[in-house]
Amino acid sequence: MGSSMAEGAPHVAVVGAGPAGLAAAVAAAARGVRVTLIDSAAEAGGQFYRQPAAGLGARRPQALHHQWRTWERLRDGLAAHSAGGRITHLTDHHVWFVERGLQSDGFTVHALLGPEQEQPVAVHADAVLLATGGYEKVLPFPGWTLPGVVTAGGAQAMLKSGLVLPGRVVVVAGTGPLLMPVAVGLAAAGAEVAALVEAADPKVFVRHARALAGHPAKLAEGARYAAELARHRVRVRVHHTVVAAHGSDRVEAVTVAALDGDGCVRPGSERRIPCDTLAVGHGMLPHTDLAEALGCRLDGPGVAVDDEQRTDVPGVWAAGETTGIGGAVLSLAEGRIAGLSIAARLNSRTPDARSYEAAAKARTGLREFFAVLGTVYDPPAHWTEQVTDDTVVCRCEEVPASAIRQAAGELGAGDVRTVKLLTRAGMGWCQGRMCGPAVAGLAGCEFQPSRRPFARPVPLGVLAGTNFDRHHTDSTDSTDPTEEGSS
Amino acid sequence: MELVGARPAPAFTVTFDGRSIAVLPGQTIAAALWAAGITSWRTTRGSGEPRGVFCGIGVCFDCLVTVNGRANQRACLVRAEAGDVIRTQEGTGSDGQQHG
Amino acid sequence: MAGGTTGAGEGNLLVSDKEPGPELELALLSGRLWADIAAEPGIAKAVEYDLKGGLVVASGTDGLAGLEVLAGGQRAAGVEAVAVGADQLRELEPKLAEGLAGGVLYPQDAQVMPTLAAAHVVRLARAVGASLRTGWTVMEVLRTGAGAVRGVRTSGGEIHAPAVVNAAGTWGGELAALAGASLPVLPRRGFVLVTEPLPPRTVRHKVYAADYVADVASDSAALQTSPVVEGTAAGPVLIGASRERVGFDRAFSLPVARALAAGATRLFPFLEGVRAMRAYLGFRPYMPDHLPAIGPDARVPGLFHACGHEGAGIGLATGTGHLIAQVLSEKSPDLDLTPFRPDRFLEEGL
Repeated sequence: MGSSMAEGAPHVAVVGAGPAGLAAAVAAAARGVRVTLIDSAAEAGGQFYRQPAAGLGARRPQALHHQWRTWERLRDGLAAHSAGGRITHLTDHHVWFVERGLQSDGFTVHALLGPEQEQPVAVHADAVLLATGGYEKVLPFPGWTLPGVVTAGGAQAMLKSGLVLPGRVVVVAGTGPLLMPVAVGLAAAGAEVAALVEAADPKVFVRHARALAGHPAKLAEGARYAAELARHRVRVRVHHTVVAAHGSDRVEAVTVAALDGDGCVRPGSERRIPCDTLAVGHGMLPHTDLAEALGCRLDGPGVAVDDEQRTDVPGVWAAGETTGIGGAVLSLAEGRIAGLSIAARLNSRTPDARSYEAAAKARTGLREFFAVLGTVYDPPAHWTEQVTDDTVVCRCEEVPASAIRQAAGELGAGDVRTVKLLTRAGMGWCQGRMCGPAVAGLAGCEFQPSRRPFARPVPLGVLAGTNFDRHHTDSTDSTDPTEEGSS
Repeated sequence: MELVGARPAPAFTVTFDGRSIAVLPGQTIAAALWAAGITSWRTTRGSGEPRGVFCGIGVCFDCLVTVNGRANQRACLVRAEAGDVIRTQEGTGSDGQQHG
Repeated sequence: MAGGTTGAGEGNLLVSDKEPGPELELALLSGRLWADIAAEPGIAKAVEYDLKGGLVVASGTDGLAGLEVLAGGQRAAGVEAVAVGADQLRELEPKLAEGLAGGVLYPQDAQVMPTLAAAHVVRLARAVGASLRTGWTVMEVLRTGAGAVRGVRTSGGEIHAPAVVNAAGTWGGELAALAGASLPVLPRRGFVLVTEPLPPRTVRHKVYAADYVADVASDSAALQTSPVVEGTAAGPVLIGASRERVGFDRAFSLPVARALAAGATRLFPFLEGVRAMRAYLGFRPYMPDHLPAIGPDARVPGLFHACGHEGAGIGLATGTGHLIAQVLSEKSPDLDLTPFRPDRFLEEGL
């Protein structure tokens, strides 16, 4: 493998520059594959390694991060391969569709350039890796649309990239492994974290103690967070839930309550906590829009993949949280395996399973671990009881819970699609990404990710082709590779 | 800021509903508004309720705002530029404004 | 309920796209019945009934001449059709492209939100004694020794009745086959683009190009697109219409979406900067002669058909239901059902 890229080297488009996409890009590029790495952010890193904007001059961004050494390795690998012309990193590119060639002549990745997302760009490639990550799930409660109520991941993202806090006094609530690092990060950055409210039942932890104990590194991580929370004097309320957020133009307080063994609110346990911010989340969901539009099969909420991270559509790989939620370390393992598989398969070889034995072992263990976590961190079983009829469930179309209950009751809707058609819940700007699980829960239907042919809104002028399409057909017409090394 | 040892480049200003706001280079419009203590910059087209950042990563579209006359920009994605005229967006944001 | 073609349509109640003949008569009857339903308390708002009017536009003088001939025939059949000069088009529809040759306004064209319309019509039916079984798949049409229909066997059990009405839309051919009758219903796929919400009355009518009528009447299996643009009560603008016979292929087609966007932006240039939020597809129940099958099936006593309306099912639903009800109660139907005879294809060797 030489440093110069042979003309005609196989070309993979990697969508997403988070841990999975980066690991795959570096592994594939090191084995002679030409990689175009396409990402919506200005800097590589994804949500996990989200970087402060360059203009902020952060000299110690690692203070907001974990596993910084791994990031440095990936960042340096990306810089070296970019300088060598093996990786072309397209930043600020928002992918809205991946088109399969008609005569099996590869794929065209369609993106919109810049934050305004109006100028079209098309990237042609022999294969595609979808590493589009996930986004946070939030279940509704009265007051959740008030300004100052943000997702836990959103609060963290704003802090990591913009070094800003939403307010002074924060309550972190919901369920899931994300809440502790978010609370620690906000406290470390100077916010007063008035409470960390976690719905999970400690008894369930105990029940799964043995499965969890098999992952001492993960448990040690949890213990570190717990210690840091104690150091910042953060009051942790386990097996509690937020019942409501209060305020008129922004959140002024939240009511939290204890849960009983069935996941119901314990009457009389409510207490009011003054705050100006509520950071809330109930787990994560994979981004699967591009995969579904390509016709890839899903397995539960994530994209189904084989041992090599291949989807059931030839030429399409998927890695990281788009295949299921499991954190950065699992994403790195899956990305590496995908990169090795791509390098072999695009050269008509079968990958040597021994070359990714360690990554595969890590993958197996982490998938098991996160499957257990998924049962431990579960939203309160009776969360819908707290959703009053006038609570807005679909934030975009302002559909109240009463309309969803009526659709499922009086109007006889038996599935989420019909509920959506009858109520407009999920038809707005976010296309049901925020309200999907809530609508399914309130209607008593099974949650199914809805089909979204466009992964993001696309101007009709772009679709019509009246706007000029800029084509990145090879790496020579792209960004200056020296740029990447300076970050 | 202190935590990460930030030494930002010099600040510039934008306006929000006519009020001058200092912004650090690289900050998104949402970050700039948060730093200025502003948490809502849109009203919904149904009941006119205030909204601001929710997901913070470009998925939920709650933070839509009008920037330099262009409606429906996601404040959490669009980086602020010197001299930007940012306005609270009402309803569809399209009344008498440019689309897109 | 309403999860098939109904939920994938725009909810058109149109007379404008129909040539004089039995389908137009059915459309006029149906339009009157829709107006009656909309007059029930609270229904018009609940189903978003909007007598918005259709505006058919022609880009050139040839197209306009053809459109005026069509409108003349429609007028003779009882349709209101108002000629609109080139200079008046933008008074009716301010954001329309400049330079169009003219058009025809059809004030009787209306729209409903199809899923809500279906749900509320079902609700009204249940209020007078009908019962609804969702999630029950019909596995067999039960027949007597003499061959007459005596009910259906479903995944949820048997239902016995001397009459079975096949209202299975695009899947009507399969249901007919269960009763031993052939009915040539084929899927004709269509895509709709949905834009970001726009202020009320940005697009005021259902606006489409004159060649849409020719596409509707075509027999081709190949892709046809002609722009159809209309606003909705909720804000988004809907953009159609594509027609292609590709079986039940649910794969999204970027070339079709591009063609729809190109057609819509030619009619309404401001749409270039408006974003499509989503797209969806559905399968129209296509019949070789573009007429639905309505009425008793002479081959199977007790079997009635009410399907095969292609893209006009919502619009023609009220008239179809009315005619079927008249036949079932042994009244003389308001329209001659001969052109809609379900077994009419036999003679043509189909």
